[in-house]
Amino acid sequence: MTKLLEWLFGVSLVGAVWALVTFDLLDLSLPKTYREVAWPMPLYLLVSFGCYSLATVGYRVATFNDCEEAAKELQGQIKEAKEDLRKKGLKM
Amino acid sequence: MASRKTSPPNRDSGDKYSVLLPTYNERENLPLIVWLLVKYFGESGYNYEVIVIDDGSPDGTLEVAQQLQKIYGEDKILLRPRAKKLGLGTAYIHGMKHATGNFVIIMDADLSHHPKFIPEFIEKQKEGNYDLVSGTRYQGNGGVYGWDLRRKLISRGANFLTQVLLRPGASDLTGSFRLYKKKVLESLVERCVSKGYVFQMEMIVRARQLNYTVGEVPISFVDRVYGESKLGGNEIVSFVKGLLTLFATT
Repeated sequence: MTKLLEWLFGVSLVGAVWALVTFDLLDLSLPKTYREVAWPMPLYLLVSFGCYSLATVGYRVATFNDCEEAAKELQGQIKEAKEDLRKKGLKM
Repeated sequence: MASRKTSPPNRDSGDKYSVLLPTYNERENLPLIVWLLVKYFGESGYNYEVIVIDDGSPDGTLEVAQQLQKIYGEDKILLRPRAKKLGLGTAYIHGMKHATGNFVIIMDADLSHHPKFIPEFIEKQKEGNYDLVSGTRYQGNGGVYGWDLRRKLISRGANFLTQVLLRPGASDLTGSFRLYKKKVLESLVERCVSKGYVFQMEMIVRARQLNYTVGEVPISFVDRVYGESKLGGNEIVSFVKGLLTLFATT
């Protein structure tokens, strides 16, 4: 199953449950409060996922390591390498 | 094999590591990356070879590579040039044909990938007998140097979106600093059709599909010292296209 199909399957499953409760399709005569909670649920889920995404990406951008040390080390090694290579007879 | 007492550790493990270096206009960087490779392989004692696949660089990369071959020996530096610039996937296929190692390491020749991590890759691979070990900028002590906020945001955003859509089981999908068992790389390259950033992503997504095991090693990515690094609108559009293609087909 491709990822696309997995997603479609998941979304339609959630959608079906949501429709069942919200529109009482099976005549289960659920209490009214169930329906009132259920109908705006997709919007809540979407908004919370959006917030989660923004927070996660924001946090990861803020904590992205800046490898100053690695850059310095590399610059030093480049100098060392150039000298050594010249000694070994490399013409740049 | 007879071992001398002076030989460094790891020499007699029977494993050999072939480093594939696809180059295009890397005259400045190639000697430096080769020097670093020789240094770190020499210190750790693993058996290795470096295969330079130059795609007809007009700046004379090949000529520099020939000089390096004279300095370090034809058994260590192998030249497998091609006439013109062709895709990355075909460069790996081309290089692998001549690789004598049972492991293949692929990395960029522009010094953004530091050879000091290779011994760590090898230890990681041995630790879990992983089919492939991927460098990751997004975990542990991994990171980047030389990226502004915009670049970091795009990178993290793209990575998050990919994680959500594809759940690939690896943290760095677009990185190209990896160690593969040779057979694994051969079977993956055959299957991968994408270009650019997406190629690396497809490699790891397909690896998961085929139930290959993936190990990860944090790396520091120092963006191009010489030459320019690009991330424009075109790259982003082709990344999104590639991502959606993988989403629909894998």
